[in-house]
Amino acid sequence: MSGGRSLDPVILVRDLRKVYVVPEREDGLKASLRSLVRRSTRQVVAVERVSFEIAPGEVVGFLGPNGAGKTTTLKMLSGLLHPTDGEVRVLGHKPFLRERDYLQRMTLVMGNRNQLQWDLPVLDSFELTRAIYRLAEVDFKAQRDELIDLLDLGAIVNKPVRNLSLGERMKAEIANSVLHRPAVLFLDEPTLGLDVTMQKRIRRFLADYNRRTGATVLLTSHYMADVQALCKRVVVIHHGRILFDGDLVSLGTRFASKRILTVTLDAPADLTSYGEVIETSESVVTLRVERRDTAAVTARLLAEQAVADLTVEDVAIEDVIEMVFASGDEPGGDAHQSSSIPR
Amino acid sequence: MTDAVIPSRDAPPSSAAPMSAARAYTHLYWTLAKQGMQIQFQYRVANYFSMIGLVIEPLVYLVVWSTIARQSGGSVGGYTPEGFAAYYIAWTLVRNMNIAFTPAGWEERIREGTMSALLVRPMHPVHYDIGSFAGWKIVVIVLWIPIAIVLSLIFHPSLQTSVEQAIVFFVAIWLAFVLRSLLLWSLGMITFWTTRATALFEVYFYSELLLSGRVLPLTLLPAWARTLGNFLPFRWGFGYPITALVGPITRAELYLGLLAQLAWIAGAALVVSLVWRRAVKHFTAVSG
Repeated sequence: MSGGRSLDPVILVRDLRKVYVVPEREDGLKASLRSLVRRSTRQVVAVERVSFEIAPGEVVGFLGPNGAGKTTTLKMLSGLLHPTDGEVRVLGHKPFLRERDYLQRMTLVMGNRNQLQWDLPVLDSFELTRAIYRLAEVDFKAQRDELIDLLDLGAIVNKPVRNLSLGERMKAEIANSVLHRPAVLFLDEPTLGLDVTMQKRIRRFLADYNRRTGATVLLTSHYMADVQALCKRVVVIHHGRILFDGDLVSLGTRFASKRILTVTLDAPADLTSYGEVIETSESVVTLRVERRDTAAVTARLLAEQAVADLTVEDVAIEDVIEMVFASGDEPGGDAHQSSSIPR
Repeated sequence: MTDAVIPSRDAPPSSAAPMSAARAYTHLYWTLAKQGMQIQFQYRVANYFSMIGLVIEPLVYLVVWSTIARQSGGSVGGYTPEGFAAYYIAWTLVRNMNIAFTPAGWEERIREGTMSALLVRPMHPVHYDIGSFAGWKIVVIVLWIPIAIVLSLIFHPSLQTSVEQAIVFFVAIWLAFVLRSLLLWSLGMITFWTTRATALFEVYFYSELLLSGRVLPLTLLPAWARTLGNFLPFRWGFGYPITALVGPITRAELYLGLLAQLAWIAGAALVVSLVWRRAVKHFTAVSG
């Protein structure tokens, strides 16, 4: 990712802002009558001065709680929303102009929506995609057959979409979305509601697609396994502002100042003097200690206690993300300081 | 999963296949129409019931006007009961032909977020609607033939039409479909601003009902209503195609009617094109 910095960014976002104007009315008949003559609205800032760049071939996780501004940003990048202010360019295009050349080179996959023809077999949706993207028949057939093979769609492509399971539909949806070989993929919760096996298959496919085609991917997901499997870099957004932009690994070290020690003892003992005891079960004690003290505490435990086994782990990424969000909620919190990371 | 089949980054992009715009649009419309036909043939029983339901409305008009004609000495406004039968049997096909994507469908698209899926593809959604519905129309014509035979056996229409009129009728019903699709599209786009366009559609619907030739042949309208109708597009989407087939119509009126349809289509297409640009800018993707 940082190696890609020298290349012209595929996605460039600078001071991007989106403000929704939302009608507002109090409850009751009086308020209804009043709204007939005076309509009041309020402004909701969904995205506030967001800036980032993504280099060709990068796979970036775009994380944030519900309502953080992720989907609004993705919609502005894919041309579905007109920004209120700021600059956005993808593949050199201004997405909101919705030029054919741009739409031809990108795709947006939304986990809760699909573009397949509900009443028709999957192959018919592929045919329609061919017609919409004006794909040459030879290229189309080669690409279609390859995707059917890669995503193991052979058994379902002749079935009407309405008869497919959620996982099968999503596999077909993803195949349909990359038939035209987009250079940029915006993926909004692509594994939403899928079982673990299907999630893994889709992750594997996306990683492979990125490796072979050099496509740039911006992914939102509430499943951290998606992010860990696919993204070296993450952008964390909360209340419409970027809280963090950097390596996934450094996210842990920056926000999780503690580590987890799991100690298996030969005989029960009180370990409260070594760190915060967060769980005790028979002879297994789980401790939370400061990251900088980990080596010293581990050495003390081994020297002073009858330790049968000891493991040191980082805080789970889900918990780290939670900490980032929590810090973003605090005025002047750590996250606000981290937003100054020059990326 | 197998390995090694996605084209490498060095491979030329397949999406840039050279294809003329005319060929591309022909292919797109043919694909959409084929798929529209496939879907409608799947629901052929439902379609038949829907078409039979639509027959009730003209039957009411037919019975009322035939009775008036008989009580008025055999004809009214030049229409005999058999003439009315011909008018309202042709009506059943024209009505089915000019069903198009309504503002209610637009509201659902905005509410459910399916508009977003259409907007991220390199295709103006108007092509999607017209192409898909065109496929449905082909199914409608096939399903209509037995209905027309049964109605003819019951009501004995008098139909003295020429081959030329029949050909113009066939062209006119397709132009009527395109015209009404574009008019409803112009209305539907209001949902980008209000998400409640159906109220306006009601105004459109009742104006069309009275001034299009749907309730009664236009020649039976009072003079002021006929004059008003001349300045509105409704008759070209309904009354004109029927009259082109069953008359009375002169040769000049026959072809001027086609020109009028084309002129209104050009105007409506211009409105769609201009409003669309503004509408998309206002689109706020209410539900995603």
